[in-house]
Amino acid sequence: MRIVADTDVCIGAGQCVLTDPEVFDQDDDGTVVVLQEAPEGEHEAGAREAVKLCPSQALSLHED
Amino acid sequence: MTAQPPTALPITRACPYEPRDEHRRLREEAPIQRVTLPSGETAWAITRHEDIRTMLTDPRFSSDRRNPTFPSMVQGQRVQSGFRASLIGMDPPEHGAARRKVVGEFTVRRMEALRPRIQEIVDEHIDAMLAGPKPVDLVKALSLPVPSLVICEQLGVPYSDHEFFQLHSSRLISRVTAHADRRASLEALHDYLRDLIEQKATAPADDLLSRQLDKHDDQEDLVSLAFLLLIAGHETTANMISLGTLTFLEHPENIGLIQENPSKTLSAVEELLRYFTIAEFAVARVAVEDVELGGVVIRAGEGVVPLSNLANRDPEAFEHPEELDIARGARHHLSFGFGAHQCLGQNLARMELQIVFDTLFRRVPGLQPAVPVDSLPFKDDASVYGIHEFPVIW
Repeated sequence: MRIVADTDVCIGAGQCVLTDPEVFDQDDDGTVVVLQEAPEGEHEAGAREAVKLCPSQALSLHED
Repeated sequence: MTAQPPTALPITRACPYEPRDEHRRLREEAPIQRVTLPSGETAWAITRHEDIRTMLTDPRFSSDRRNPTFPSMVQGQRVQSGFRASLIGMDPPEHGAARRKVVGEFTVRRMEALRPRIQEIVDEHIDAMLAGPKPVDLVKALSLPVPSLVICEQLGVPYSDHEFFQLHSSRLISRVTAHADRRASLEALHDYLRDLIEQKATAPADDLLSRQLDKHDDQEDLVSLAFLLLIAGHETTANMISLGTLTFLEHPENIGLIQENPSKTLSAVEELLRYFTIAEFAVARVAVEDVELGGVVIRAGEGVVPLSNLANRDPEAFEHPEELDIARGARHHLSFGFGAHQCLGQNLARMELQIVFDTLFRRVPGLQPAVPVDSLPFKDDASVYGIHEFPVIW
């Protein structure tokens, strides 16, 4: 599983960072930064939760 | 024969703690249907959590409040011409560009850096409360001044002017303010912020408004942004502090839970946000194309009004939705909206509420309402729900 973040769509709500700060961060302009592209275990669950909560639908998961 | 006019949609709350029966009946009859708003206008009421999320992420629904068919809940509420659209009234691509200029000021990390100062502000206000006579109006002593001072320091607005801007913002939030008074309050706040921003252009300081100066070619755009941040920054959190405190006092077992384990407070904050949905009708939109949603066709030019408080009790989205369960994990509530307009200050609000609840119940363990709860003046007359006055003793 791999996280894809569309930074053009991201509106910097920070829901992903709040969900799992080890997988997601925000740059100084608020835009999402993916810290772990293929998280495992509890972080995979966090990534799935973050995708659901992302208000701008900037995050998606690709099953490789 | 003419068709029956659509069902009237009441917008006041019959009870602080639950959606109106009329709203529930709408959901049972047809989850999306035409209703008559108190303004006399007709709009589509949307009742399901999933349909509201879908609508709020569909760019064919516009936030442009200057659109003549954008729904008005009550008469006289429509934004008058002459004022710029603020972030909440913009559509893509204008909205994304404008939001990106400022969202860096509200990142999770930036908010975390404010934590010590917010803690200090909360402690100072509780010190003053404990040192003074009882009963105390919690709204004046804590709920309003804490978020008001926090947003003032962040923006660079002198808190010494708080009586002025609190008065005008409460008039704008009120549904019973006359049209002329609404316009006067809008003008007073815009004039005040325009002067302040001109001062900052001459003598920039280390604050949000000064940092925004170079990002706006037209100063009126910054005035409009400052207006939105100032009003949204204190009216909303203030009401959640009052309602949240009341709810903890009504369910004291939850105070024990967060005192034993403060890591539960943030989850409690989400549940309280879900439970009250204080800006219940804040995410109205107008269709700019024909859209099929949840089995109905919404025509271009028709307004949509999500019943977010009801949708935050949608059994398809929340188990046992009528129960207050501070451990449920309620982060998918719609209280901050959804889509590209989701609340810019949500992580500031979360932190303020978390610090207030942790600190208040630790430092004032005997806190209780000083009057019967059913006699409290709830804000049925405002577009942001809350309590006008909340006398407490300890």
